Amino acid sequence: MTRRKKMVERVKKLMNKPEKIRDIGIVAHIDHGKTTLTDSLLAGAGIISQELAGTQLFMDYYELEQQRGITINAANVSMVHEFEGEEYLINLIDTPGHIDFGGDVTRAMRAVDGAIVVVDAVEGVMPQTETVLRQALRENVKPVLFINKVDRLINELKVDKKEMQLRLSKIIDDVNELIKGMSKEKYEQGWKVDASDGSVAFGSALYKWAISVPSMKQSGIGFNEVYDYCQKDDVKSLAEKCPLHQILLDMVIPHLPNPLEAQKDRISVIWYGDRKSIVGEAMEKCDPNGPIALMVTDIMMDPHAGEVATGRLFSGVLRRGQELRVSGMPATSRVQQVGIFIGPDRLEVEEAPAGNIVAITGIKDVIVGSTISSIEMTPFESIKYVSEPVVTVAVEAEHTKDLPKLIEVLRQLSKEDPTLKVEIDEETGEHLISGMGELHLEIVAYRIEHDHKIPITTSPPIVVYRETVQGRAGPVEGKSPNRHNRFYITVEPLPKEVIQLIKSGAVSMRVKELERRQLLMDAGMDKEEAKNLAGIYGSNVLLDMTKGIQYLRETMELILEGFEDVMRNGPLAKEPCQGIKVKLVDVKLHEDAVHRGPAQVIPAIRHAIHASILMANPAILEPILDVYIHVPADQMGSASREIQGRRGQILDVHSEGDLVIIRGKAPVAELFGFAGDIRSATEGRALWSTEYAGFEVLPSNLQVDIIRQIRQRKGLKLEMPKPSDYVDL
Amino acid sequence: MLTFIGLGLYDEKDITLKGLEAIKDADLVFAEFYTSALAGSTLETMEQLYGKKIVVLSREDVERADQILTRAKDQNVVLLSGGDSMIATTHVDLRLRAIDQGIHTRVIHGPSICSAVCGLTGLQNYRFGKSATVTFPYKEQISEAPYDTIKANKEHNLHTLLFMDITEKYMTINQAIELLLRVERSREEGVIKGIAVGIARAGSENPMVKADYVDRLQKYDFGPSLHIMVFPGRLHFLEAEALIKLAGAPLEIRSEVL
Ligand SMILES: Nc1nc2c(ncn2[C@@H]2O[C@H](COP(=O)(O)OP(=O)(O)O)[C@@H](O)[C@H]2O)c(=O)[nH]1
Repeated sequence: MTRRKKMVERVKKLMNKPEKIRDIGIVAHIDHGKTTLTDSLLAGAGIISQELAGTQLFMDYYELEQQRGITINAANVSMVHEFEGEEYLINLIDTPGHIDFGGDVTRAMRAVDGAIVVVDAVEGVMPQTETVLRQALRENVKPVLFINKVDRLINELKVDKKEMQLRLSKIIDDVNELIKGMSKEKYEQGWKVDASDGSVAFGSALYKWAISVPSMKQSGIGFNEVYDYCQKDDVKSLAEKCPLHQILLDMVIPHLPNPLEAQKDRISVIWYGDRKSIVGEAMEKCDPNGPIALMVTDIMMDPHAGEVATGRLFSGVLRRGQELRVSGMPATSRVQQVGIFIGPDRLEVEEAPAGNIVAITGIKDVIVGSTISSIEMTPFESIKYVSEPVVTVAVEAEHTKDLPKLIEVLRQLSKEDPTLKVEIDEETGEHLISGMGELHLEIVAYRIEHDHKIPITTSPPIVVYRETVQGRAGPVEGKSPNRHNRFYITVEPLPKEVIQLIKSGAVSMRVKELERRQLLMDAGMDKEEAKNLAGIYGSNVLLDMTKGIQYLRETMELILEGFEDVMRNGPLAKEPCQGIKVKLVDVKLHEDAVHRGPAQVIPAIRHAIHASILMANPAILEPILDVYIHVPADQMGSASREIQGRRGQILDVHSEGDLVIIRGKAPVAELFGFAGDIRSATEGRALWSTEYAGFEVLPSNLQVDIIRQIRQRKGLKLEMPKPSDYVDL
Repeated sequence: MLTFIGLGLYDEKDITLKGLEAIKDADLVFAEFYTSALAGSTLETMEQLYGKKIVVLSREDVERADQILTRAKDQNVVLLSGGDSMIATTHVDLRLRAIDQGIHTRVIHGPSICSAVCGLTGLQNYRFGKSATVTFPYKEQISEAPYDTIKANKEHNLHTLLFMDITEKYMTINQAIELLLRVERSREEGVIKGIAVGIARAGSENPMVKADYVDRLQKYDFGPSLHIMVFPGRLHFLEAEALIKLAGAPLEIRSEVL
């Protein structure tokens, strides 16, 4: 049997024994060595060659991440490890380190039960160490500590043996301080990391050695020996005598919980459903006989298998052919393949039981964060309305031969990343991709060029605006081009509560009519209006308030099309509309269908709505981001200035230890280049993240300028549009 | 001055003498062929006959009307349409707008399909109800207006004249029946059954007129455009005789007369 075949056999055996499984993640401050550690672990477990590890950064899929020193996408690998004569299966989920991708981190944390916290021996505990540790504890993920880069203490800082010991214990103390600060209860329950009980290891991910108190007893290699080997520059012997993967996995197995133990305690923290329900109880027991409950942490496109969803199976046994439902989706779909991971590869298996990290194909409409189950259940994450994209860039293939491939790749990327919106324009070949920020789109562009090998050109980023009304107008008469049909339209702002309902997805045209009507009425909508909802587009509604008009029913489709057209392209600058209530109050139709077709009705509706909006005190809205900055206290001033100087506002400042946490907000338009600016303003010591905070009315002194700017960019005429451009007044 | 001139049914020779004279007198000759078309003629033959250039306008041009109206203010402008100008068109709007601008207007009539069907089939013009157009479906949606019109007319024992949609394509009788049958299948009100009459190339040397049961008519090859149809109400005995002799209707319709 080949080595790989043997490995497959061992993994298959182990996945049925939850007490022999550990689902873990590695978390660290940027550059503390998470990627190097992962590679060295994989190498040690015989999955990539020893020589390659360290040079080939395995879990960092993308060079971009390496350049930036951040890890963006969760990937999954598994290893088999022998401990005290028994074999164990270790599933490692790569947790993204950059907090710009906050949702991903939380999700990955939910899928694991334990985490190796990596701290650089030279730098010690850093702000992000704190952030990731907090995230772990919040999701009830138990930590162990690996102090990395000990070689640097000896070879670069040239500290003496005593100083080395002191520094290392200081780091342990700092980490424990944090754990205690975050959860005294857990700290006392034994979540404290302790060198003497073996929940702390020291070593070098790069040179692939490590020691811990238990390992010292076995190998006889302690701090003294390490010090001497390092000084002699003989890391090779060290790596042979106390191999990193051995010592670290020896630490993981007794100190991090298996799925049986973990799920008992964790389900109540990571899942908000009823614990006494069938699913709740099954998950707490990690019960293979329970219903399927799977949380999806990653979606990838496989050229052969199609969309592959990876996640943690909390209950049940997955098998090919099962009919499963995806949270929030009406239809069920059938599992085509079930897979587990062997190293970084996916291996198809007949079945996979609870407690494992699994990969399945065949499930439709699944996105990262979905809950997949065999019976109706409360999802792990409510399908929050995904933040609306706020920045757009145009991408174009450099070579015409890549045109079709680019379209395919764009479609694929938007599947993998629910926050990415893609508009394909097959005619011009200039496609628009919209996302959550400058960085987000840079990464997407990078993937297209480097993973998919399609050279592209991208335009500078453009802010996505919205158009809305601040007053009422109408009835405005819209005439069809042949002037034999007339439509009477009013517009007014849609109340906030109703917008919320629509954005959250609670109210849509798919919701049953009676239920929808009730929800709208509860949100304060007039009964007559709630009854007459004819269409929703974005966060705008069309209400048909007419009564008994012959042939309106077969004209409605066209009316909706005109309405949607305007909601996509508002009259001010052809930006999407938001929060507008459009009412159709009267209609006069031509007798014969041929004279009230699409060419007549759509423009009539479009013109009437355009003019109504222009008469209802219209305004441009701009996207706003909440900005969170963690900085040392002495950098607070420079960091705050970076927000204030960008039409921003500081909302809150508070300190945690020697760190100040600033919460502010600023318009997306002003945040281009923020990453670089804040870095230089704070000597790179600020840690920041942004979060979508919705759209706000652009200050009135900027309205005209921005409208003109957008119109110019889009090649529209520069004069401000007037109602009389659209209808006879 | 703006003169609406009907060109009649089939080719350039269907125009009235009055119409022809008006064209010869005109400063500017516009034509539109989106509401109907002269299937048996071409622009060149028409221009030859008139001795004038024709400016063909699109639907948008006619509806926007600015071109026509500004010229008609101080020039003698004619607008040519197939058939009779105000039948099954929306041109009355253009005429009203011209009047509002103080432009003198008039209509010179051409033979219309509405009267031609009576001539070709023997059906009595007194007995026609509302007419309707069978339109090409838009995004799968089939207009039910023709179905409703036939139904309402049949309830009053009236005939229904069905125009065929003109887009880039001309709708055929076969397509129209298929669309009506699709509505019938979903509504099941028994409207699209019994005898129907198909007419092709009215006004030409060899018009085709065929009356038969709907399902048989659907399989009939009517040849080139334009097509039009009638869904009769119950027949007067002379109408039945005429359909048998002029349109090859099955003899048994004699037993179903009023
Ligand atoms: N000297 C030394 N350098 C290390 C060690 N571990 C990682 N590095 C280096 O530290 C840098 C950051 O490591 P990386 O694994 O990318 O960190 P990550 O951002 O946490 O994934 C890289 O240049 C590594 O080569 C170590 O044990 N000793």
